[in-house]
Amino acid sequence: MIIRRFESSPFGMRQDPFSELERLRGELGRLVGSLGENGGRVAAAGVFPLMNVSEDADNFYVRSELPGMELKDIDLSVTGKGLAISGERKIPAEGGNIRYLRREREGGSFRRVLHVPTEVDSGKAEAKYAQGILTIKLPKAEKAKPKQITIKAT
Amino acid sequence: MVRDAHEIQAKEKKEVASSTERLEPGRYYTPAVDIFEDENAITVAADIPGVKAEALNIDLRDNVLTLLGDVVPPETTGEEVLAREFGMGRFFRQFQLSEVIEQAKIKAELTNGVLRLTLPKVEPAKPRKIQIKED
Repeated sequence: MIIRRFESSPFGMRQDPFSELERLRGELGRLVGSLGENGGRVAAAGVFPLMNVSEDADNFYVRSELPGMELKDIDLSVTGKGLAISGERKIPAEGGNIRYLRREREGGSFRRVLHVPTEVDSGKAEAKYAQGILTIKLPKAEKAKPKQITIKAT
Repeated sequence: MVRDAHEIQAKEKKEVASSTERLEPGRYYTPAVDIFEDENAITVAADIPGVKAEALNIDLRDNVLTLLGDVVPPETTGEEVLAREFGMGRFFRQFQLSEVIEQAKIKAELTNGVLRLTLPKVEPAKPRKIQIKED
């Protein structure tokens, strides 16, 4: 066990020991899959389903390959900056007297939480599922969008 | 069911390592498959997300089954990538079959990115007894 002494911290005295915790939590968050504030790339988080995340001025886009699912088996929830995808991929048992030659497809339950850099308007989030690909569109909250300031020439 | 409680582990998409040089650009991925057989047929289930029916090519010749699916990547112009955990490209896989398949009765269905291919076996020829005449 590591006991961190704040009095002798190489980072100097900290007013609030919880700020150190906050910092660690932030770093862990970056390691386990939330996106850095600077929008940097993250390596594969190793959590199913794998995601490609992108953004434009108005939206974040999250895409995942989830072949062979039914919409009713995918659960999405959006709050603030967070997106949670959970569900169950069912691979029905094959009846009859069969012999497997290959068995590589995997069924089971999954859950993944992702944090995007800015707040989203959860009421306007959209999801579509086609050819086994799930696409989620998360509109950025108005207050989180950069404001364009017009400078008037006098 | 025990299988339901199982948590799916993320797997990196496998790229095809080919011994032949490809002239067409783009990436090729190996789809995960289940293959099983009974006395009547061989059934192949393959995960090929993003492949539409018209972009899927199934070919069986000289006992080699070839699956080739084209994926049209989603329209992402104007988007900036924040995280990229999987690549997109064609799906390709070949199998050498040991059974003779009744070509005319092959059935293929594509639902939500999963191909289900039924390859009926040719009924085994009835053993024919050869009469040998003795002089």
